[in-house]
This record gives sequence, structure tokens and C-alpha cells, in this order.
Amino acid sequence: MRVEKIGRDFDVSRPWLNRVLEREPRRSLCAVNEVSFSIRKGETLALVGESGCGKSTVARMIVGLHTPSRGRIVFDGADLADPQSAPLRRRMQMIFQDPYASLNPRWRVRAIVAEPIVAHGLVRDQARLAARVSELLAQVGLVAEDGDKFPHEFSGGQRQRISIARALSANPEFLVCDEPTSALDVSVQAQILNLMKDLQTRLGLTYLFISHNLAVVAHIATRVGVMYLGSLVEIADAKQLFERPRHPYTRMLIDAIPDLQMTGKARTPVAGEVPNPLAPPSGCAFHPRCPHADGRCRSERPELITQEPGSAVACQAIGRRVGLDHSSL
Amino acid sequence: MSQVESWLRQSWNHDVVWSLRHSPTAIIAVFSTLICVGGALFAPWIAPHNPFDSASLSLSDGFTPPSWTQAGNTTYLLGTDDQGRDILSTIMYGARISLAVGVAAVLFSLVLGVGLGLVAGYVGGRLDAFIMRVADIQLSFPAILIALLIDGVARVVLPREAHDDIAIYVLTVAIGVSGWVQYARTVRGATLVERHKEYVQAARVIGRSSAAIMLRHVLPNVMGPVLVLATIHIATAIIAEATLSYLGVGVPPTRPSLGTLIRVGNDFLLSGEWWIAVFPGIALVVLILSVNLLGDWLRDALNPKLR
Repeated sequence: MRVEKIGRDFDVSRPWLNRVLEREPRRSLCAVNEVSFSIRKGETLALVGESGCGKSTVARMIVGLHTPSRGRIVFDGADLADPQSAPLRRRMQMIFQDPYASLNPRWRVRAIVAEPIVAHGLVRDQARLAARVSELLAQVGLVAEDGDKFPHEFSGGQRQRISIARALSANPEFLVCDEPTSALDVSVQAQILNLMKDLQTRLGLTYLFISHNLAVVAHIATRVGVMYLGSLVEIADAKQLFERPRHPYTRMLIDAIPDLQMTGKARTPVAGEVPNPLAPPSGCAFHPRCPHADGRCRSERPELITQEPGSAVACQAIGRRVGLDHSSL
Repeated sequence: MSQVESWLRQSWNHDVVWSLRHSPTAIIAVFSTLICVGGALFAPWIAPHNPFDSASLSLSDGFTPPSWTQAGNTTYLLGTDDQGRDILSTIMYGARISLAVGVAAVLFSLVLGVGLGLVAGYVGGRLDAFIMRVADIQLSFPAILIALLIDGVARVVLPREAHDDIAIYVLTVAIGVSGWVQYARTVRGATLVERHKEYVQAARVIGRSSAAIMLRHVLPNVMGPVLVLATIHIATAIIAEATLSYLGVGVPPTRPSLGTLIRVGNDFLLSGEWWIAVFPGIALVVLILSVNLLGDWLRDALNPKLR
């Protein structure tokens, strides 16, 4: 799975009549700008960032809900924009954020879980279909009898289990999870995360995990990408990112995590606000909030530079800070 | 035998039947609807007289009051009209035509309106704008005027000798076309809401075609208000049919509908022959009320969240 410099613009112009009357030009919002990364088979890449940074848009482009305005998405060697690659779509499925909205309220759970199988014509025999659905429900910790119920008879965590069963029913290899736990109670979040980890090892799944919760990411991710205002600012192995964050923004996010060990370390709240994506700052998008910004940051857009294999960072200050001790910052 | 038995037990315990068994209003509505519809459907076999068989009519029986009054005659339970036709029988035959036109016109509007509304809401863009502007234009004319227009055009286009035979179909289409806008607007609005819900996007990720998503995912979720709208619309359609018949563009006068009977009886209301208008009127009210109550109950019964 490889994503090459994808970008997506949204037309946020006012209606045609208002534009003509008020002499306003068309306006477009660049939600995602030149994002590139690759995910190896069996690993979990987490994309993190504040609300509105474009992480969900990336997820939607990968599963085909949005078409990229620029760049291309390559899955198993085939460009997904190519109409011939349509059968590949079966091998990637998505788990949505809100388990109350992602299940059709008028369908029984059995039909919901079976939908991908029916849509792709994988199992035609009714008895075998029913057996497969029961097996899927058991796999996510539900019982076969739950198939006769409607979604509203379940709790949020159970609904998310149904959602996972549906995503798994077409035997996918790659799952895009768009904040799958953010709508759940904290006590249930861990159960769902453990289920997902367990399924990953059993079925050899690859995850793209979108989240704004760093604690969740630390639990599940093997690699982490940090996004800010539509661009990827840092990507690294999870362990490395949490121990030695390099981009000032990543550092800011990690410093803001509540410390459960009660070591007395002061939390530094994230300072400043995300700029308006309609009028992004010049140069590095993060410079208005960055403690290390200088004139070059204001004028020049930093490139994502690979320094060590498997990790890259987009910050001009990194070069200047060579020799600086990370732990002192 | 046991298979039939288990099927019967299963349907007896089915959700919809269960909610019917526990709602007295619904039971009353079902029974009165069944009586009205049954009386209308089986009129040729169960009606005491055939009001359209001119050989059996005698003008000397005209204006017979209902049987329980002093001048009443037990042969004519609800009395007779000016031509000696039995009121009960004309009501049964009239309800047949009223119901047929009403239901068929509603079905026509429903299919047209729901289809266009679903496509407009789901596809959006220029197609949506076009369909909704057409709806807006039609809404700026009274529905009865649209029906009159369609009826008038049909009369000019179709051969004269076929008029009486096809009048009922033209009437149905005219009333049907005049009513689709309500459905289209309701369905479009609901579709716009449903389209952005995650279960529709989930179906897209799964790889379902737009047609399948519209019919299998969106349609069941937008049909609730449509069903209630349709039952109320049956009453409106029956009234529209009566109005058109009154204006002389409806069904031929040799086969009067319920509305026509009320209109005819209206002429005698002030001269003391009240039963000619009142009994068809009661029949119409009972029919419409029970259909509406049935629709309300059905809406609740079909909503899984209320179970």
C-alpha cells in the first residue's frame, strides 16, 4: 500500500447567484496537500493530528469515498484510480467512527454483516452464508443469535463489533479505521482495541488507523504519521516517535498527554490554534505556533526529509538544531 | 399440516401483527376499513339491489326515506334517491369507483414522486435542481387545475368514442400527476439527510452500486413519512376525484362515485330528503377516517425504534 503525493481540494464557494451578485471568485479549500506514505503488510500506521488536519480525508480517499485531486494511491502494485483495479476494493474495507450512524437502522444484523459477501457474490448458498455470518459474529465476540436483532438493540461497543464483523466479512487484507474508538466509553475502547489487535495477528491484517488520541495510538500503532493542516509533518516508528519526537508539533502533542504515572511532570498544553485552512500561513504551516521559527520558516515550505530509514520529518529547524540534545527541549 | 400451523404461529407473533393485537384503535380501524373495502369490492354480490339495472328501477319508489322512519320501506334500508335507486347499493358501488381511483392515483403519485425524489436527493447537482424546479412550478398551480389540464389534453388527443371507457384511467393519471410533488419533496429531504450518514458511505466502500444503495439502504429509511402521506393522500385523491366528477370531467354520470352521490344528494338536502346526501357522506367519512388511523398505526408498527 503506497500513497504518493495525494492532495484533495474542496469547493467551498458560495452558491452561483451569490458569487455573481457579490463578485466573489470561486474558493477552494486544500484539505490534503502532497501527502505520501507507505504501509507495509501486517503493520499498523496511525495518522494523528488535530481536528480538521485532513486525516479523515486521507482515509476517505484511500477507500474511494473521495477521489484525489492530485497524486495517486497504489495498492498491491495497482493504481486505484484505474477502473480495472475495482476488484481490489474488496480487499480493503473501512471501520467508521460513529457506530450509531454506520449501521443501517432498518436492517437486521445478519443482513448488515452479510452485505459485503452478497455484494461481491462470494458465497451464493444461503446455508453457507448463514454459517459464515455466525462465524464472523463469534469472531468479534458476539453470539450467532445476535444476527436476528436490529442495531438499536446493541450498545456502542457491540455496534462497533458488528461494524468490524461487516468489514471482515469480505476477507479483506487492509482495513482503514477512521477513529473507531473515539465515540466509545473509555472502558470499552480498550476492549475494541484489543479485539482489533487480536484480529490483526490472527488474520494478518494491515491497518491504517486514524485517531486524535495519542494514548490509543501508542497502544495499537507500529508506525505513526503526524499531520498538520493537510500535510504530513513527521512519520516514524511508534516507539521512536514517542521517545524521540523531532518535529516541534509532535513534541507539542506528546507534551500534552496526561501523565498517568503521577510523576509530577508538568503538562504543557498545546499552545495556539490551527490556522484557517482557507488562508494557510506562508512557508511552513506550523510557523505561527512554532517556538523555533525563523525567517526561512515563514517563506519556505519544508520538504519531508528522510534522515534515518523508516522515519522522515518536515522541519527546517531540524538542520539548525543538529547537535542539540533532544531531551533538553 | 404442521408446516401451515407453524407458519400461522410465526405470523401471529410477527412484530406487525403483535403491535396490531395490542392497539384497540388499530383493530377498530382495520375492521372498519375491511368493511368499507369489502363492501366496495364485493358490491355486485352482496348489494341488495343493482342500482344500475334500469329494468329493476321504478320511479314510484323514488324518495323513499330510510326503513326505520314512518314512511320507510324494509326493501330499501337507507331509502332511495330521486330515481328510486337504493342508497345502500349506490354507496357500495360508488365506493368501488372512489376507492379504485383514489388508491390507483396515490400509487401513481407515490411511484413517480418517490422515484424522482430519491434520484434528486441522491444524485444531486443539476439533475436535482431541474427536478425540484419542475416541482416548484407545478406547486404554484392548484392541484385540481393540473388535473383539469391533463384531463383536457387527454380529451383532445384521444378519440371521442373512447372517452367513456378510458375516463377512469385518465382521471387516475391526472390526479396522480397532480400529487407527486409532495412525495418528491419529502423523499428528497430525507434522502439528503440519509445520504451523508455513515451507513450509506459504508455501503459505498463495500462496493454497492448507486441503484442498490438507493433502493435497499436509503428507500426503507425514507418511506416512513411517505406512508403516512400516502394514507392522507388517499382521502385527498378521493375528494379530487369527486370534485372533477362534479365539474363534469370525471367518471361518466351513469356510474357515480361516492363524491358524485354526495353532490347529487346536495340538491335535495334542503327539500327534506336528507338521507340521499348524508349516508354517502357518512360512508366517505368512515372510509377516510379508518384509512388514516390505519396509516398512523402502520407508521408506528414499521418503525423498529418504537418497538
